[in-house]
Amino acid sequence: MPRVAAMTGNNAVAESMRQINPDVVAAYPITPQTELSEEFAEFVANGKVDTEYVTVESEHSAMSACIGASAAGSRVLTATSSAGFALMWEMLPIASGTRTPVIMTVVNRAFSAPINIHCSHDDTMGGRDAGWIQLYSENSQEAYDNMIQAVRIGEDMSVRLPVMVAMDGFIISHAVERLELLDDESVKKFIGPYQSVNPLLDTKKPVTYGALALQDYYMESKWQQSAALLNSKAKILEVAAEYKKLTGRSYGLFENYKLDDAEVAIVIINSAAGVAKMVVDELREKGIKAGVLQPRVYRPFPHEEIREALKNIKAIAIMDRTDAFGAGGTPTFTEVTSALYGLTNPPKVINYVYGLGGRDIRVEDIHGVYQRLTEIAKTGKTGKMFEYLGVRK
Amino acid sequence: MTDVTEIRWHARGGQGTMLAARTLARAAINQGKYAQGMPEFGPERMGAPIRAYNRVSDENFSLYCAVVNPRVVVVLDPTLIGPVDVIDGLTKDGVVIVNTAESPEKMKEKLNIENGKVFTVDATGISIKELGRPMPNTPILGALIKTVPLITLDALLDDIKHTFSEKFSPKVVEANINAIKKGYNEVKGAN
Repeated sequence: MPRVAAMTGNNAVAESMRQINPDVVAAYPITPQTELSEEFAEFVANGKVDTEYVTVESEHSAMSACIGASAAGSRVLTATSSAGFALMWEMLPIASGTRTPVIMTVVNRAFSAPINIHCSHDDTMGGRDAGWIQLYSENSQEAYDNMIQAVRIGEDMSVRLPVMVAMDGFIISHAVERLELLDDESVKKFIGPYQSVNPLLDTKKPVTYGALALQDYYMESKWQQSAALLNSKAKILEVAAEYKKLTGRSYGLFENYKLDDAEVAIVIINSAAGVAKMVVDELREKGIKAGVLQPRVYRPFPHEEIREALKNIKAIAIMDRTDAFGAGGTPTFTEVTSALYGLTNPPKVINYVYGLGGRDIRVEDIHGVYQRLTEIAKTGKTGKMFEYLGVRK
Repeated sequence: MTDVTEIRWHARGGQGTMLAARTLARAAINQGKYAQGMPEFGPERMGAPIRAYNRVSDENFSLYCAVVNPRVVVVLDPTLIGPVDVIDGLTKDGVVIVNTAESPEKMKEKLNIENGKVFTVDATGISIKELGRPMPNTPILGALIKTVPLITLDALLDDIKHTFSEKFSPKVVEANINAIKKGYNEVKGAN
């Protein structure tokens, strides 16, 4: 039986990890993920899971141990944030390149400098091209649900790729809210037993991981990896459909919130999308046709589906909690505009950087953005395309 | 718009505000409500002014941002009144609950508010008596749910019994329960 719980985002993910009961976890504590790894360590110490918990000396070692354990033939989970994620960087493409389906929660936190422990999406957005599947979560419920689905997606024989599940540091990781949890048995049944492929520990069938492949085969290896990531979209949707049957909760590639007849829309991920959806409800009561597109699956990025969902909107603001310094817009902006390329009468687009380092994004901020979009929709004049929202200049 | 009761806590680091906000949220959720309890993590250190927030509603909501127009303000440390504009953004029907031995009338004057109600409770005094140290967070929770009946006293006490038992000795749990009851019974109000 599902049960209602009051948990922080960190509690919720730790609980999902307990229910998944992985063979190995190798993690290093870092704010704001610390509570999560501590809580899971407690589960291990109290015998609530059968997991081998590897207490490593750094995140580089954490990811290395995860890849090794996965290659050995086990189900592996980990979690990190910000600088910890950065320290893993060298190992991230090795996890995807060796096709070891490690599942990692990333509690989003800003990069230094200046030093900041609060939420930006610098970490996961920076690692978006590491070959991992990326799922973003608005709240504790979505982080919990994404974790359970991630295991099925990453480990599927047609996918075999690592998956990262992102949620906002502090805003979600440290806030108590209501969510529904599955019972242990349902999770166990949903994820099924771990199926290993060419495990290192099968001494009767010795294999090599991390072999050298130079001019002759490196490209073929990457091509296979690229195809696996692009093709994972179908599996992600299949797992979501099955998960809906179990929980009643719907997940797709993105959430289409009142977009179908919308004239103005915001594209935004994670917790701030929740605020935007509340603002849309207010605007709809006043007769303003506003909507939100909230990406969930960021890798593989669903270009065709997003083009379809946005093609009739008059003006769109694409908002990111990170900057891609010196680029032609923030990560989501370049993705979405590339998705819209080729439309004969494309929507007008503007780009905002918001909420860096945990800067609060409020109802009135979002109202301001919709107001500007309404103006653009009316006049057809975009004005300045790239802005930092609410920054003191 | 969804009807959400928004609460803002003003306190100093070390007064147990985060625990209080999280406890209130958990007790409300266990009563079948939708709720949030979140700290505003600043440069956290003992004695520094901090804020925490609660939202409670009968319907689902997705406001992942700070409370700027609270209907309820809880002041755990009255020395913050002045240096911090604790009633900033308070709604017209707002309620302010202050941890102080002073009268609500005097507090109302000190806060300089025209609209809204002011309640006072000597939460520090209660906690020193019951817990042997100044931890005003639990007694003021009692005062809060008396003045703003978001959850019943029993629901709060149930939650405290359940969650505090995991961390504290039966003696400490009992002392906190007595502190909450006293906070509930001793809060005084001025319209």
